[in-house]
Amino acid sequence: MIAIKVNGKTYNLDVDPGMPILWVLRDKLGLTGTKFGCGAAQCGACTVHLNGDGIRSCISPVSRAIGKEIVTIEGLDAKLRKPLEQAWIQEDVPQCGYCQCGQMMAAAILIRDKANPTDEDINDAMTGNICRCGTYQRIRKAIHVAANLKKQTIK
Amino acid sequence: MSTNKIGRRNFLKNTAIAGGGLVIGFVIPGIADAKQIADSTTRFVPNAFLRIGSDDSITVIIARTEVGQGISTTLAMLIAEELDVRPATIKMIQAPAAKEYVNIFFGFQSTGGSTGAQAEIDRYQKAGAAARSMLIQAASNRYGVNAEECRTEDGNVIIGQNRISYGKLVDDAAKLPVPAAEAVKVKDPGKWKFIGKNYRSIDTLEKINGIAKYGMDIQFPGMLTAVVDRGPVLGATVKSFDATKAKAVPGVIDVVQIPTGIAVLADNFWTAKLGRNALEIQWERGPNANRDSKLLLEEYRKFAATDVQTITKAGNIDEAFSKADKIIEVEYDLPFLAQTPMEPLTCVVKLSPDKCEVWTGTHNPEFDQLAASKITGLKLEQVFINTVYSGGSFGRRNTNDSHYVKEAVELAKASSNKLIKVVWTREDDVKGGTYRPVFLHTAKVGLDKNGIPIAIKYTLVGESVVIGWQYEKMIMTGFGFDFTVVSGIVDSPYLKVIPNHHLGYHLTKNTNSVGSWRSVGSSHTVFGIESLIDEMAHAAGKDPVAYRRELLKGFPRHLAVLEKAAKEARWGEPLPAGRARGVAVCEAHGSYVAQVAEISVSPDGKLKVHKVVCAIDCGLVLNPQAVRAQVEGGIVFGLTATLYGEITFKEGKVMQNNFHDYRMVRMNEMPVIETHLVPGDKMGGAGEAAVPHIMAAITNAIYAATGKRIRKLPVFAGDWKKSTINL
Repeated sequence: MIAIKVNGKTYNLDVDPGMPILWVLRDKLGLTGTKFGCGAAQCGACTVHLNGDGIRSCISPVSRAIGKEIVTIEGLDAKLRKPLEQAWIQEDVPQCGYCQCGQMMAAAILIRDKANPTDEDINDAMTGNICRCGTYQRIRKAIHVAANLKKQTIK
Repeated sequence: MSTNKIGRRNFLKNTAIAGGGLVIGFVIPGIADAKQIADSTTRFVPNAFLRIGSDDSITVIIARTEVGQGISTTLAMLIAEELDVRPATIKMIQAPAAKEYVNIFFGFQSTGGSTGAQAEIDRYQKAGAAARSMLIQAASNRYGVNAEECRTEDGNVIIGQNRISYGKLVDDAAKLPVPAAEAVKVKDPGKWKFIGKNYRSIDTLEKINGIAKYGMDIQFPGMLTAVVDRGPVLGATVKSFDATKAKAVPGVIDVVQIPTGIAVLADNFWTAKLGRNALEIQWERGPNANRDSKLLLEEYRKFAATDVQTITKAGNIDEAFSKADKIIEVEYDLPFLAQTPMEPLTCVVKLSPDKCEVWTGTHNPEFDQLAASKITGLKLEQVFINTVYSGGSFGRRNTNDSHYVKEAVELAKASSNKLIKVVWTREDDVKGGTYRPVFLHTAKVGLDKNGIPIAIKYTLVGESVVIGWQYEKMIMTGFGFDFTVVSGIVDSPYLKVIPNHHLGYHLTKNTNSVGSWRSVGSSHTVFGIESLIDEMAHAAGKDPVAYRRELLKGFPRHLAVLEKAAKEARWGEPLPAGRARGVAVCEAHGSYVAQVAEISVSPDGKLKVHKVVCAIDCGLVLNPQAVRAQVEGGIVFGLTATLYGEITFKEGKVMQNNFHDYRMVRMNEMPVIETHLVPGDKMGGAGEAAVPHIMAAITNAIYAATGKRIRKLPVFAGDWKKSTINL
């Protein structure tokens, strides 16, 4: 049995410790907001937070999460989620939308850590996330918007 | 994905077959159990496109598959406009397989060719307008007033001071006769509140909070996941296999042979994949066993020189060449390209003795239904295709042979487990075919002493994407050749203005590994012709925009987008050292597009794309926001192909695997994209229209910056790690 904490809830699971976190989330816990895009840490669609760090859940064995806390798109803190959602809607970011949960999870860490992310910060934080629909320009703009919204909420 | 040109030619015939624009009826034939997509509050189903509930809920059935092109919001807007409701209040459902939802440009239920909005505008407007007139009639009957005294506003019928919500009228409205399509009057465009104005996608929130269910996300209790080994070579078949080690993997439930290969089933993807890794299979490698991309090109050169079908010709090219002041002879090479939508292919099947249910992202639910019916022996009405959100497609889910649906149905049939989901890995996807075919273009141009072309011989060699498919008959009987291969050049204004011309095509052998790739024929023809025009301009010593302007003077829509893009990109104004601009202009999918790319090349050959300015005239714009999104997306898609896109074969095997060696443009390489909408009359498509131009715009800019002419795509061909140009 492996005990893991996901979005604040503890689960005891009878799974192979080598099973990637992605498939535990999706196929064992039914949390399908975390997406399978490449299985090789190339696209970022599977991005989740492990103890606050952005990780590629498709190559991270669940054993890595023992004693730690996983946050998925379904459990993202409202302080980060709300400004990101509002910005993504305002900038009309998604097309097919499949990569966007991963984009949001990567962007959440960026706006958490940097109050005023520059375009260079955005390149550094987001280059690991592929969007085949090509929404990068809108993602960039939405991150700037979200960072501003987050500051307004704090005030 | 076909082209709208074909659609237009077949429009009258197809509409006659399909029975007219608006399909009226309270009972929807083809949906045996209409309740499957209606809930208990639904009372008013005025037609196949719209349902209104007693709780005021408004549901629009989206006939075209949403793959990210935004068609669902656009179609909902059309109904909302006529019905007088806010589009954002509408719930959208993807249409099941049923004849009501045929694409009237094609005559069958298919999403492609960037036809969605053009084909559906009439039906959706009339669906909304018919429902509105019936709700007004219901209200006027109830209150004993003339219909003329009623108006509608935001989901209510208004009579004097009374506001009656649509939900309160649906029981009465449902008893009224549905007006005939020709009697339904739609709004005057001058009164449009939503159409023509920016409207954000209605479904954004569910896509960004993890709620939206893509095919990959469909789960049921007891469902098993299958991963299939389809062999090392496209078209390989199983000679023999040993499943002992696969079955020994803890959690593997079954190993099943199906026509496409060997499937391993488990209660989760990861275990099924471990099981697949443990399979031992002997393969019959089949017809593609020795395929080699390098040999293809040599073969194609021979065809270009010896065996060409005339597509269009005029004058006498040989005589004109002999009189030419200058001759240009070049060839352009384009590789196989994979679509790689972010969501790999997936298909869920639930099979019982009297029912087959399918959940998948697909462009062609009607074909899938037919395919599943043939495999299972069930009647069409016993097969239910649930089209779900697609994590992109770009042509990948427009298979027409329904191969990934067939495979999943075959598995459910062969296995003792009747509720299964087949999941493709990214490697399965990259290696799994339906590629944009390899093309060789050869061109010879004769210029007079002023640099004006007097003769052109242009020859294409490559595979057709329609041979053997459902589109084949429609396309080949209409034109005598595959129009989709030559679109972008067969109707090129440049051919028209060059008095002596010959456009030829050699159709190469069908290898069952090609398919639709966003912008189809234009994805290769526009690169060729727009590179060639640039070469001609430079040979003539003329500015590339000025040269095009001269040739395009009788083509106002081409000219308007060219002028707009050039102006907004400040064409001709000086740039810092190392920077340059390149231009391309062409019609694609009924829309007229010009792009100017601004790039720089460092002394050691490092390329940076700074900015792309695009002008598009797609006629009537239903939602400018959506058109801009498609232009941006199309340019990024085309840019990825320009720089990196290349599928190669060696000893039959596809050499690429995943996003590390089939590279994508990423955030750090993203240019600024500026989109300008140019007004025009006849409506064109948006989803594919802006894809191909960027290829020539970039290579033309590279020439302007460095003097190096790139005639082979991708720019960084041959090595996926490459990111500098050999100067």
